[in-house]
Amino acid sequence: MSVVTLTIDGKLVSARAGDTILTAAREAGIDIPTLCYVDGLSAHGGCRICLVEIAGSPRLQPACFMKVGEGMEVQTDTERLRGYRRTIVELLFAEGNHVCSVCVANGGCELQDMAITVGMDHDRFDYIHPKREVDLSHERFGIDHNRCILCTRCIRACDELEGAHTWDMAGRGSHSKVITDLNEPWGESQTCTSCGKCFMACPTGSIFQKGDTVAETDHPRAKLEFLVNAREKKQWNV
Amino acid sequence: MELTDLLDIAAKERQARLPHTIRCCTAAGCLSAGSGAVLDRLRGAVHDEGLTERVGVAAVGCLRLCCQGPLVRVDSPVASGGGEGAGITEELYQRVTPDDAGSIVAGFKGGTVTANKGDLKSPFFQLQASVILENSGRVEPERIETYIAAEGYQSLHRVLRNFTPAEVVEEMTRSGLRGRGGAAYPTGVKWATVAKNPGEKKYVVCNADEGDPGAFMNRSVLESDPHRVLEGMAIAGYAIGANQGYIYVRGEYPLAVQRLHTAIAQAGRLGLLGSHIFSSPFDFRIDLRTGAGAFVCGEETALMASIMGQRGTPTPRPPYPAEHGLWGMPTLLNNVETYANVPTILRRGADWFASIGTEKSKGTKVFCLTGKVVNTGLVEVPLGTPLRKIVHDIGGGAPEGGTIKAVQTGGPSGGCIPAELFDTPVEYDSLAKLGSIMGSGGMIVLDDKNNMVDVARYFMQFCMDESCGKCVPCRAGTVQLHRLLTRILEGRAGAEDVQQLEALCDVVKHTSLCGLGQAAPNPTLSTLRFFRHEYEALLKPGSPAQRMGLPLVSASQPR
Repeated sequence: MSVVTLTIDGKLVSARAGDTILTAAREAGIDIPTLCYVDGLSAHGGCRICLVEIAGSPRLQPACFMKVGEGMEVQTDTERLRGYRRTIVELLFAEGNHVCSVCVANGGCELQDMAITVGMDHDRFDYIHPKREVDLSHERFGIDHNRCILCTRCIRACDELEGAHTWDMAGRGSHSKVITDLNEPWGESQTCTSCGKCFMACPTGSIFQKGDTVAETDHPRAKLEFLVNAREKKQWNV
Repeated sequence: MELTDLLDIAAKERQARLPHTIRCCTAAGCLSAGSGAVLDRLRGAVHDEGLTERVGVAAVGCLRLCCQGPLVRVDSPVASGGGEGAGITEELYQRVTPDDAGSIVAGFKGGTVTANKGDLKSPFFQLQASVILENSGRVEPERIETYIAAEGYQSLHRVLRNFTPAEVVEEMTRSGLRGRGGAAYPTGVKWATVAKNPGEKKYVVCNADEGDPGAFMNRSVLESDPHRVLEGMAIAGYAIGANQGYIYVRGEYPLAVQRLHTAIAQAGRLGLLGSHIFSSPFDFRIDLRTGAGAFVCGEETALMASIMGQRGTPTPRPPYPAEHGLWGMPTLLNNVETYANVPTILRRGADWFASIGTEKSKGTKVFCLTGKVVNTGLVEVPLGTPLRKIVHDIGGGAPEGGTIKAVQTGGPSGGCIPAELFDTPVEYDSLAKLGSIMGSGGMIVLDDKNNMVDVARYFMQFCMDESCGKCVPCRAGTVQLHRLLTRILEGRAGAEDVQQLEALCDVVKHTSLCGLGQAAPNPTLSTLRFFRHEYEALLKPGSPAQRMGLPLVSASQPR
């Protein structure tokens, strides 16, 4: 396996050829914010939070997708990128119904954390206040579509880790919605194994454990990481 | 099938031609105006009048002047002089009713023709070129023999016999042809890239998912001359080393789908597609894939996902399809019109093709002229033709005394070019400089009754409805842009809303995943650039606080 060197934020970094910029940066201790990306799941490239500037490239590229190249010069934290990241987070807040004070995931929510990271002190856009459903038909879990940011983590975790592919996406644009099976109530799903990996992967309070009340949900992300490490790196350290 | 067989079919078809030919347009535009009944009546009348030995009736494709459909053309030999090469006279009839059709046939027996005569000497026809549309309105799209009689499939034979794949690529590169789908990437370079990328299998894909509002170039080509596209794809397959082609055609084009099915079956039956084409080792088959009504599936990565049976959403590039396309294999993706150019380029030579157009934009381009203009329809002109010539000379200017204000080019990814700049030559780079694009060829003429904010909002609504929802800036950003434009249009906005509109346009343009989102702000940005006064005329004065009626701090201070 060959190794390439590149600079990320002025720092000389070596990386395996074929690695993404995100992997290379994280291994070098440079934090690029991400939202739809989860270690061990395929990259999605939809949230656009991890966009970086590459010298000589007219387009911004998602760090989770873009492969490293020899001599590449990457900027991950410019004024322009910070502005874009904040706008994108504001768009997400305006698009759904994200009311932290009544959310099960308050204090344990990656969207909330991201708002703090990008310095979002208020939302400049109109709240759309969409009318979305809540599906409580499953015996252990519920999904509140009002809090869904359509990151597809649940879809990828269910498909790639559990192998059930219960979740998928229906509709398009602002009418997109994650569904179980052929848009049937989750509780009636024939394929769901009730493993809870979608719950582990969900960044917000959208997929939650029944019985949790405000600020009680703590997504057991460590479990997901354990599974991924066991599968990909054959490491079983708890 | 050998070349002699091909020439035989062509010769038989030419011999069977009758002295007089009535050509009736059966492309979707004229059919929807009733040309089906006209065709039936023409055929019935020829039979009833006993003219079947003298007059042939052909169901042809688009005759270009769509606004005057149903269109019928009559070719007759010149009466006096006679002899070989004495030429033919051509007559155009427009807005033909079934009763008019009867009278056209009666005209051959000295009856009075009641149909409205069109003017083939008018600038609309005289100023046009014929490369891509050379057979349109001449060959019968459902009869392969007519295409063969028009020298069809001879380029494929020549390529298979006389050219190495590398020479075909070289010929395409020398022609200077650039992709006609909108991105204008040099076709030869793309072919060379796919040819050089290693892969145990390669694919040729034709993008026929034309979705821009007001654009129907590809539909017309597919409905009028489908074999030209098949031949172009087969030549591409030989050049890059593929033996499987897919045409991804939108489901909203049922007639194009049907004619492609017919064309593929006919070509297969004659051995012009399939195994050992012209007794060479080259195999090539073409299958159709029908879209299910998503504009985003015209984006190449989404299109490939859809062909593979997945949800039609884009993925980030790189990797490009040329390297990692259908099922991970090198894939050549071109537009219908790009493939339609190929047989002609190889028949007449790259130098001939490169002599048309401008230095950086070679060849001709088909445009769909629509909107507030007298002559709407299909227009083919050499690249570099000034916009004024297309809109005012070919298009005939504004109807009913209106004033043309702008032309929208490139659909929801393009922009508006104001009338002051109509001397701009229509080519890739000059339109890009004006913040628009040539796109796939839609041209919507706008007059002084069109509010440009409304135009911008219309296209934003289109992008909002067609966003696939995968990436946040396109999914949520277009919703907010649409709200801002609505607020401005309804007179509820202030100067700060325009500022926010511009800022958000910048975000959506630069952070969206695929071309749909990246180009969605273009109509808004270009109307802001050239028609800012129309935005400003709709704004309320003052700051938001003042508009809400809150007292100003200075006003409440004691004197």
